[in-house]
This record gives sequence, C-alpha cells and structure tokens, in this order.
Amino acid sequence: MTSAAASPKPLHPGLNLGPAHGKANMEAEPVVFGFWVFLMSDLVTFAMFFAVYATSVHATAGGPGNAAITDLTSIAIQTGALLISSLLFGLGTIAMKYDEGRAKVAGFLAAALAFGLVFLGFEIRDFMHAAEIGAVPMRSGYLSSYWALVGLHGLHVTVGSIIILAMIAQIAIFGLRSDVKSRILRLGLYWHFLDVIWVGIITVVFLPGAVA
Amino acid sequence: MNETFLLGRLSLADIEPLKLFQNPDISTAIGSLASWVVIVGAIAVVALLTVKGWWKPLFTEWLNTTDHKKIGIMYLTFAGVMFIRGVLEGVVMRAHLMTSYEGGFLTSEHFAELFSTHGTIMIFFVLMPALIGLMNLLVPLQIGARDVAFPKLNQISLGFTAVGGVLIMLSLVVGGFETGGWTAYPPYTGAAFQPGPGPDYWVWAIGLSGVGSLLTGLNFAVTIYKMRCPGMTFMRMPLFVWTALCTSILLIFALPPLTAVTLMQALDRYLDFHFFTNDLGGNMMNYANMFWMFGHPEVYILILPAFGIYSEISQTYSGKMLYGYTSLVLATMAIAVLSFTVWLHHFFTMGQSAAINAAFGVATMLIAIPTGVKVYVWIATLWRGRVRLRTPIVYLAGFIVFFVIGGYTGVILANPTINFAVHNSQFVVAHFHNVLLPGTLFAILAGIYTWFPKFFGFRLDETWSLRTAYLFVIGFAVTFLPLYVLGLMGYPRRSPAFDDPTFIPYVIVSFLGAVMLLGALTSLIVSFVVSVRKRDELAVPGGDPWDGWTLEWATPAPVPEWNFAVIPEVHSRHAFGIEKMSGNAFSFEESEIEAIEMPAGSYIGLAIAVFGTLLGFALVFWIWWLAALSLLVMVGYGIALGFLPNRPIIVPAEEVARVHKSWADAALGERRTRREDETLPTNRGYAAPIAGAHA
Repeated sequence: MTSAAASPKPLHPGLNLGPAHGKANMEAEPVVFGFWVFLMSDLVTFAMFFAVYATSVHATAGGPGNAAITDLTSIAIQTGALLISSLLFGLGTIAMKYDEGRAKVAGFLAAALAFGLVFLGFEIRDFMHAAEIGAVPMRSGYLSSYWALVGLHGLHVTVGSIIILAMIAQIAIFGLRSDVKSRILRLGLYWHFLDVIWVGIITVVFLPGAVA
Repeated sequence: MNETFLLGRLSLADIEPLKLFQNPDISTAIGSLASWVVIVGAIAVVALLTVKGWWKPLFTEWLNTTDHKKIGIMYLTFAGVMFIRGVLEGVVMRAHLMTSYEGGFLTSEHFAELFSTHGTIMIFFVLMPALIGLMNLLVPLQIGARDVAFPKLNQISLGFTAVGGVLIMLSLVVGGFETGGWTAYPPYTGAAFQPGPGPDYWVWAIGLSGVGSLLTGLNFAVTIYKMRCPGMTFMRMPLFVWTALCTSILLIFALPPLTAVTLMQALDRYLDFHFFTNDLGGNMMNYANMFWMFGHPEVYILILPAFGIYSEISQTYSGKMLYGYTSLVLATMAIAVLSFTVWLHHFFTMGQSAAINAAFGVATMLIAIPTGVKVYVWIATLWRGRVRLRTPIVYLAGFIVFFVIGGYTGVILANPTINFAVHNSQFVVAHFHNVLLPGTLFAILAGIYTWFPKFFGFRLDETWSLRTAYLFVIGFAVTFLPLYVLGLMGYPRRSPAFDDPTFIPYVIVSFLGAVMLLGALTSLIVSFVVSVRKRDELAVPGGDPWDGWTLEWATPAPVPEWNFAVIPEVHSRHAFGIEKMSGNAFSFEESEIEAIEMPAGSYIGLAIAVFGTLLGFALVFWIWWLAALSLLVMVGYGIALGFLPNRPIIVPAEEVARVHKSWADAALGERRTRREDETLPTNRGYAAPIAGAHA
C-alpha cells in the first residue's frame, strides 16, 4: 500500500522492532516518522521560549536576576535524575526488543518514572525557593521568561510522566502487543527529547546564572 | 468586576442580543442585530435537521467519520459559514467608511471590533479551513491512497478548528471581540488596556485552532511522504500535492511561534506575567517578531495550495500538459524556504537598523522571482492550448491579471524606504486583499467548481457559476483597487473616519464594489441551490466531467469510502489520462480486488470540538470549574483512546467489486463527452480524451 512496500530496503533501521515484526514495522513506519515531525515542531516551540529568554536576560526591572535563582547543586541533582531516568527508559526499550518479559519492561518504565518525579520534585523546590525570595514571574519580564521556559519543560516532563503511567497500565492490560510497543518507542523518543531540551536550559539559563 | 463561582465574570451586560431592547444607538443596534442573526441561524439549522430527520445521519455518518472526504466537506462547509459572516462584516465596514467623512454610523470601538473579527475570520476560519478542506478531499486521492496517514488525528484537527470558529461566533453574542486587529498587538490588547473578554476570545480561538492546523500539517506531510501508491515518485505527484506538501511543512514550522505567542499573551493577561507589557521589562517586539515568524509563512500557507489549484486547472481546462512542471516544483519549494526569511518586513518602521531592514527587504524581493516563474508557467500552459472559458478559467484569468498587480505592489512595499511612507495606509489594505482574493479566494472557488462533481456526483450550474465568477472578479477590482489611490493620498488603514473630502469619491466606488461582492456571495449561494435542484440533469456518475488526468478522476462520483478498489500503480504524471488514451481506463481484474480495512469511526473529534469550546469559553469568562472539567475530559478521552479497542471495519471484497464493476460496466455503455459539450446534460462524467494532449 505504501510506496515503501515495494522497496526491499529496511525501514527506520534505528527503530526496528526486531526481525520477527515485519508487519509491525510496516505499521510503525508512518507513525514513528510522524512522531519525529511532531518533536521537530515542538522543538520550534521551545526555540521561541529560548529566544524570548535570551532577549529578556537584562529585563529584570530591578528585581532578582539570573544569579539569585540559580542553585547549581539542585540543578546537578535534577540533571542526574533526568539522565538516569532516560537511561532506565532506554534499558526498558532494550528489554522490550529482546523479549525479556513484560514485568521487566514495566519495571524499567516505573523506575524511569520515579527518577522523573525526583526531577520534578527538585524543580518545584527551586520554583518555591524563587517565589520565597520574590522572584515570581509577575516581578519582571526576565522572570516571566524564566518561569515560562523552565516551566514549559517541567510541564512536558509532567505530561510524559502521566503517559508513562498510562503505558505501564497498557502493558499490564494488553501485554507487549505491537501497537503498545510502538507507543513505548515513541514515548522513549519524547523522554530523550526532553533531555536534549534540558541540556539547552542548563547551558542557556543555569550555567550563566552560576557564573554571574 | 463582579465574579461568581458559577459564571465567573459573565454578566447580563455581556449578552449582546438584549441590547436591542435597551434603547440602543445605531452602532449598538447593528451589533445586537448581528448577534440575533447568529441565534436565528443556529435555530434554523436545528430546525432544518429536525424537519429533515438529519440528526441521526449527522451523528452516525458525519460527526464520527474518519473519511478524509467527509472531513474535507465539513471543513469547506465550516469555511463557507464563516465566509458569509466575513463578507457581511466587510460590507458593513465599507458602508460605514463611505459615510465616515467626519462621522459614520459606527462607533470607533465597533468599527475596530469589525476589522479585527473580519481579518481573524477570513485568515484563520475561511481561507485556511477551505484550503485544508480541499487538501483533505484531494491529496489522498491524487497520490492513490485510501486515506490520510492518521485518520483519527485528522478528525481531531477538524475539532480544534471548529473550536476557534465557534468561539468567534460566540463572541458576537456574548461579550464582544478585541479591537486590536487580527494581529492583536500588545500592549494594546494587554490586560492594562483591554481587560474585557475580547482579547481572550482571540487568544483561545487562535491558540486552540492553531493546534488543529499544526496537526493537519503533520498529518499531510506524513501522508505525502509515506502513503504514495507504487510508482508515484515525487516528480510524478500532481502539482497540488506538491503545494500541499509545502504548506504542510510550513504549518509544522510556522504554527509553533503562534502557539508560543498566544500562550505568552495568555500568561500576560491571566497571571500578570510581563512578556509584552509596557512596564517591568516587557517587550512587545518579541510579540511582533514571533507573530510574524508565524504570520509570513502563513501568507504562503494560504497561497501555495492556491497555486497548486491554478496549476491543475490551467492544465485541465486548456487540455494541454502543464508547461514547466519541474520549474513549478522548484519555485514552490523556493517560496516555502524563502517565506521564513522575510518576517521582519511587516514592521520595517519599528526601530531596526537600516542594514537589517535592507537585508529583509532584499529577501522579500527575492520571493518575486519564483513567483514570477509561476505566473509565466501558467501563461505558457494556456498559450496555444485548447482553452475552454469555463468558470475556473475566468477565475484564473482574473487571478493572473490582478495577482501580478498585487505582486508588484508587494515588491514596492518590500522596499523599506517606500514602506516608511505607505505602511499602515490603505495601500497595504489594497495590497493584501489584492493577493488574497485573486490569489487564494478565487482559487478556492475555482477548485470547488472543478472538484464538486467528484464528491457530490453532479456538476455546478454553469450559468450561475459564471455569473458568480464575473461578479467576484469585477467586484474585487472595484472594491480594492481604489484603496491603492487612497493609500497614496495618505488615508491610514484601520481609521474609523476621515476629514479629507477628496477621499469621498473613492470610498463611494469602493462601497459599490463591496455591494458587488455581496452580490457575488448571493450568486454563489444561488448557484449551489440551483445545482442541487437540477442535480439529475447535472449528474456525472462516471466521475470524470472535465477530462482529468490525475488519479482522483479514476474513481466513480461520489467517490466510494475506500477510494480505490485496487491501489493503483502509476507510470507517469498523467496516470488516468494515459489510461484513457489507451482505452484501459475502466478495465480491471476482479481477482485483484481484496477485502479492504477501513478505520472505525470515532467521536474524539466531536469531543474535542465541544469540550474545547467549553474550555475556551470558560477561560474567557474565568469560569474556572468549567475550564478544569473540560480540560480533564479532553485529556481523559485522549488517554482513554489508548485503551479503547481499535477494530477496523472490513469491507468485503464482493462489496468493493460490486461498486467498482457497476461503475466500469456503465462506462462501457456510455457515450464519451467531447470537451465542447461538457456543460450539456449529456456530460455524464465520461470524457473523451483529447488527442495529443500528453505529448
């Protein structure tokens, strides 16, 4: 049915579901491609928030600036938690690829979720600290852009966490059906994508803040 | 402001229809009457559905469908309803401006509301959904696919688009719209200057419908990349598919800035953030930049599919192969890329250095090159073709003549030094109407004429269609060309009144043009009514009334739900045209026909439309409980989709074969229609191929 069907070339070599999944591969092809397109588009949304942040660094209106809200220890913990979470998710998808059982896959996903929540916990702690010292988004254009950029990433992590929960439930109910697998792979892309954004946030927001 | 838990900040004073009975001035009365039109219209629709017994089919055949053709028809219907409102607003504005020498019958506030809704509606809820509707109808058929890549997502997109339109309609009845134009520049639309519901309507109508447009872009890009039938290489795709691809790519990259900007504006207005405020470090230039990073590609989102339609009809109605297919493809791609490099020309006067202005000015002028290539290509296609003066060719001729003028004035505006003199004047109003009416609107109307028979099974009445076309073309010229002169004479745009009597003759002419456009709209509606009445005489069950060459014509009319009995395999750009020449167009092997899997229906799109509208309305009026509830339902339904069974509907091979065979068998007995007879009742949709057309 697709033009790709006529060609003997393997589809999406980086995301294959194993040699035993010819039909699943075929069905995953447009879906995974579509998800990459979505991520690309989401990246542009983040780019806008980065751009506004970059133009607002000096728009503090006499309020707290970058240095006052950067707690590098907390950022280090958050980064560690997010990267470990991504690693665990990756191990989950490998367990899925090699058919190591639904319990193992769900276990890795639950562990990834746990570290995601650690990340969110520390992020919320930082936000609350910022609010305590008066660094609320209503205070200045700079703080608006800071809360919006970091908050948008946090919102994405929250949404991802909810979907991880939903996927654990789907594994429990349906087992590792090929459409469930395909969804887990896409969720994995999303979860790793958030790491990439986070590295950008560290570089643009927190490292300059620590230096200042 | 009084707020209650149940109704937020909604109060009786927001209810527009009541104002008619409160001794209103003329301006308020017009607004109130308009709200009554919405109410009476809604009641009329409900009554019609009840009398005709259409409620059940509405819910079981349309609102739950994932069929790209029905979704396309719903997009076009939606655009049509919004178009009526948009045109009426335009006529009211022109009537006001005709009388606005030191006065006019509308208040400045009301006039500002009118040009804001007019612009927002025409761009977001007429031109975009109409083009997306045509993309829905045509793209899967033209690439030989059974549906789009993600049929359910397609339905969700339609749901989000509907939310925006319904919110704007609601703003007419409850609370009123913003007064900052379709661009809604802060800080004027910020909480400090417009605390009321108007700008919030804009934020949620645009923000939520933007999600739908983005998903449409994604869906069609994936469809075109991944769902083409065997043999349909990129360079064999019909031009319309190419332009749909470019538009999809633009939607994917251009909508995020709009989403970002509406979100930030919402944060400013609801939570007292300071992105775009005057105080505490806000910077409205961020808004201007991001809005136009969306807004300029948006111009090409609107024009590229129109170019695609013109390419198809210049070929079809001249019976001659498109001249310079490859140059058209390259030009389309070049425009798509360049469209991201020119956004700053929308605000040359807002404080950049001369060097930056110059760079963006040059980039803008560069776009004229691929666009010029296209115009030559269409002219060369018509040149020495066997041109038939059907309705689409009238639109095409109007387009070529006037679009060139619109393009030239665009190049004039692209020059920053001239731009300083004419920006924010009626010259700009003339320019963008000059590109959007002949460019996009005429293409949509020509496209509807051409492909209507494909999806409804009968042609549109030729006499009324021609009248409509001439009225639109002439009405456009009379309405908008005088505005160039007015602009150069120094008449500012968006100005509710003027004090220079030399403007008067021009505004009178422009109003007469607006009346002609109103006549064109009426004539358009009449053409549909007349055609429905004469549908037996105009029937084209063969599905090929114009001697089309591309795959969509190789199906019966109306097209069966599964599009193609057997997925076609193509060997050239004119797959169906060449089959017809060789006499194989209707031959098929019954053994090749297999059972077809079609996606099951779903109500997710309807749920998005209903709860998205409630969400938007609740946010506009600060009804927090309703907003939370609606959001919860939408998210909950979305998550639940992953758990609900997703069983496709299987159409048995016998059923597919039966439908296909009855079409093919009928074709054997039917006389082939020659081109000169194509408007006669004898045109049953079996075209006689034109000799030598594919050389």
